[in-house]
Amino acid sequence: MMASGMSALMSHWWRNPWQLLTLIAGLALATALWSGVQAINAEARASYAAASDVLGGGDLARLSRVDGRSLSTDEYTTLRRSGWLVSPVMQGILEAQGTEFVLTGIEPLTWPGASPGAETGSAAVPGGLLGEEAAVLAHPDDAALLSDIDAPVRADTGRTRGRLLADIALAERLLEGRGRIDYLIVSPDQPRGIPDLPEAYRISVPENTTDISRLTRSFHLNLTAFGLLSFAVGIFIVYGATGLAFEQRRAVFRTLRALGLPLSRLMLLVTAELGLFALVAGAAGVALGYLIAAALLPDVAATLRGLYGAEITGQLTLRWSWWISGLAMAVAGTAVAAVAALIRLARMPLLSFNHPRAMSLQAAGTQHILLLVACAFCAGGLMISWLADGLVAGFGLLAGLLLGAALCLPVVLSAVLRLAETRAGGAVAQWFWADSRQQLPGLSMALMALLLAMAANIGVSTMVSSFRLTFTGYLDQRLSSELYLRVNSDAQVIEMMPFLVSNADAVLPVVSADAREGGLPAEIFGLRDHQTYRDNWPLLEARADVWDQLAAGNGALINEQLARRQNLVPGDTLSGGDVVLGIYSDYGNPAGQIVISEALFTSRYPGATARQFGLRTDRPDALAAALQERFDLPADALINQQDLKAFSLSVFDRTFSVTAALNVLTLSVAGLAILISLLTLAAMRLPQLAPVWALGMTRRQLAGLELIRAVSLAVLTGLLAVPLGLLLAWVLLAVVNVEAFGWRLPMFLFPADMLRLGALTLIVAFLAALWPAVRLARMPPQTLLRVFSNER
Amino acid sequence: MNDPLALRVSGLTKAYTSGGAKVPVLEGVSFSMQRGETLALVGESGSGKSTVLHLIAGLDRPCAGSIEISGVEVAGMSDADSAAMRRGTVGLVFQQFNLIPSLTVAGNIAFHARLSGRNDPDRNGELAARLGLEDHLGKYPETLSGGQQQRVAIARTLACRPALILADEPTGNLDEATADRVLDLLLDTARDAGAAVLMVTHSARHAGRMNRQLTLSRGRIVQGRAGEAPDQRQPA
Repeated sequence: MMASGMSALMSHWWRNPWQLLTLIAGLALATALWSGVQAINAEARASYAAASDVLGGGDLARLSRVDGRSLSTDEYTTLRRSGWLVSPVMQGILEAQGTEFVLTGIEPLTWPGASPGAETGSAAVPGGLLGEEAAVLAHPDDAALLSDIDAPVRADTGRTRGRLLADIALAERLLEGRGRIDYLIVSPDQPRGIPDLPEAYRISVPENTTDISRLTRSFHLNLTAFGLLSFAVGIFIVYGATGLAFEQRRAVFRTLRALGLPLSRLMLLVTAELGLFALVAGAAGVALGYLIAAALLPDVAATLRGLYGAEITGQLTLRWSWWISGLAMAVAGTAVAAVAALIRLARMPLLSFNHPRAMSLQAAGTQHILLLVACAFCAGGLMISWLADGLVAGFGLLAGLLLGAALCLPVVLSAVLRLAETRAGGAVAQWFWADSRQQLPGLSMALMALLLAMAANIGVSTMVSSFRLTFTGYLDQRLSSELYLRVNSDAQVIEMMPFLVSNADAVLPVVSADAREGGLPAEIFGLRDHQTYRDNWPLLEARADVWDQLAAGNGALINEQLARRQNLVPGDTLSGGDVVLGIYSDYGNPAGQIVISEALFTSRYPGATARQFGLRTDRPDALAAALQERFDLPADALINQQDLKAFSLSVFDRTFSVTAALNVLTLSVAGLAILISLLTLAAMRLPQLAPVWALGMTRRQLAGLELIRAVSLAVLTGLLAVPLGLLLAWVLLAVVNVEAFGWRLPMFLFPADMLRLGALTLIVAFLAALWPAVRLARMPPQTLLRVFSNER
Repeated sequence: MNDPLALRVSGLTKAYTSGGAKVPVLEGVSFSMQRGETLALVGESGSGKSTVLHLIAGLDRPCAGSIEISGVEVAGMSDADSAAMRRGTVGLVFQQFNLIPSLTVAGNIAFHARLSGRNDPDRNGELAARLGLEDHLGKYPETLSGGQQQRVAIARTLACRPALILADEPTGNLDEATADRVLDLLLDTARDAGAAVLMVTHSARHAGRMNRQLTLSRGRIVQGRAGEAPDQRQPA
């Protein structure tokens, strides 16, 4: 009995392959986008973990130069000779066979606490780095790719993929480092009586180091949210497909039950059938997700490098945990999507019959429930944002608003279409709107998916574009000097200064020191009083006489991150006693900053000297050429303002390329949802279209109306997506961004972008409707006549 | 339009291709109808009755033969012209799925007339009243009984004043009493409107109420005369 029942159920799918494809594709896409994002997150986390192990000395203090430059071998030797137990580390990117690897060179003999193989805290140095067997240690999968490098390679299962370990001498040769040391690892067991650390250096103890995981958490939360949104879009498709399949199989269910199949067995069969589809689609989705992740990972790596300086490799490892979580999500998603259909099946009267408006009537009956659920989602989102803190509040609000708005969509569209129907002048127009309203239940899931995709597009692109506009303006303000000069030594500063003073319109030194504010690390700057800053500095809030007060040493400026973190406003007092005179924007920097006058800075940090200078000049190219010629400066010592802006903007654009890719993917999924829904509905539409055709409309006219209908519904959905998208943008800018990055961005509107998105959506809707419309236009008359046939 | 014939069918031939083989459905069917005449087309299932109606309505194309409605050749018409002819000259009543499910009863009655540009709300109201539909005008088709739905289809057909009504088993789904009432209404209102009625039916009793009968078997007319005059039921 069960086998016969299953066979009867399955026969529906063989006769409706498009519907089966809808279900599998929707679920596979949902799982793919979700598991792809999870794959990226897992890979990034693995990279952070790897960065925190012995290779980066994550648990150990680091010694580096105050000016941020790399150390020389001489400096290292001097420190060792003075008694400091430090060990050099060099890091860089090694490319082999088109793949980038992060190569870390360490010095095993001086590594804190141990000879090779021993451990200090988490620091364990593997063997095989020295002597005749000295080699580059690599994950076994990576070792095969490194056959071309000019060094022996040894497979080591203890390595993370994409990260290589070598003796520093070997690393120096491979990276062409020429004696460069990025930082020194400081042994926790320093001898007594060592001299003070020279002022040119600083030590970052573990609690002071930048915690990449914490900083990047917000980024990964963003990605996870996008993954969930995409998953939701996919689940809408699955919901639509299972609902339509239920409607179409009403007669089969009724017949099976009439023939003696108990309801419980029928439910079991339908559940087993959906479970099978979930597993197949889930497996396909995880595999597809792997491909998506592999395609997006380089952009994600660029984003993380650009935003936080976090290094992750552009490689992906297929993990079992993804398969399991991906399949679990597919099964859970199917269960959520199918529960309504299963409830309807359980409640379906044995003698129920199918008529053309069944879905429409049922939808009308459940509209008030839908509205209540939508209101509950919105209220839940608002409640979370009120009760919770941080990013959870922001994303809770977003989820509630988006889902609430999506559920409201069929109700709103139905009301609009009803209004259009009552206002329609001609018979065709009236039928068109009435028929559109009747089609709504079948299309509503796809339209909800479109609404979410469009709102996400508008929201995210408004945020990114607002960010870009603000960032560009900010760069114009902060990079107001035409040239930026970096010199290597105080002696060189003294040598160059007379030339600079006589040839530049103004020389603006950049001098800074490490500080702490509110228990967290911050950077303090000394600012020379100059019109350049008075005219250009990007102040968000300030006292009226801010610059005069600052020049007089009566207070400090702080960046927005510090102000938000410590809840400071102008007039408040910092822990060091300085009064906050103003707050400035400081995009792209996660740390707090304090700016005081140059004189005050010098009095507090007498040893700190400026090695970087902003130079004001009308002739930047000529001044740069003269400086380079006269002082034999390296190429990177002088940076042109325009180059710096271009570089910053390119980093910015690359940073958000992954967001753009996800936007396009989500919109594509929504387009696919419309196409598949229309194809599925096409067969159910014949009893609705055949009478109109018989009464005097051609198939071509009907096909044209089908196209117009799809585009009209997309337009209506798009119009509703605009306010929702702008609301989303506001939450992203005013809530999520502040929590994630510590700064709030002004919101700008970009009508041209919205029009472009609108045009893209219309094209997507048109293309999605084109195939079903062409099929209708070319449909043989016999197919339509079969609707009326007495011997059907 | 001065042709006394409402319909002239000559040598109508139709075949379908099934599995690569040609299956003949109609072979040289010829008959004519005068204005206001009622004609029953009877025959066993698969004899080609409905195909004759579909070809006359321009819903399908014949392989050979001629079809003239009110003196206008329609057999070779384009899709658009056929559609225009259905909007203006021909009214159709099927056994089922006649009505547009998304429109109310009032919307369905007016739909065809509005398409043909002959909508007359007063006439629609009269027809609705005559067919006993005045209390159902705001309802949707699925809330009506089968008989009520067929009455709506008849009202819709007559609202656009067609010269020829093609009815394909309009009472096939109805019980005997309801079927009789519906047929009475169809014939009475058609007579008052001066429309010719060509009806496909399996019911000998209903066929007997028409002016004439033609019997089709395996695609050929085997009984009845092709051009008999209407009886006294026809208006002068």
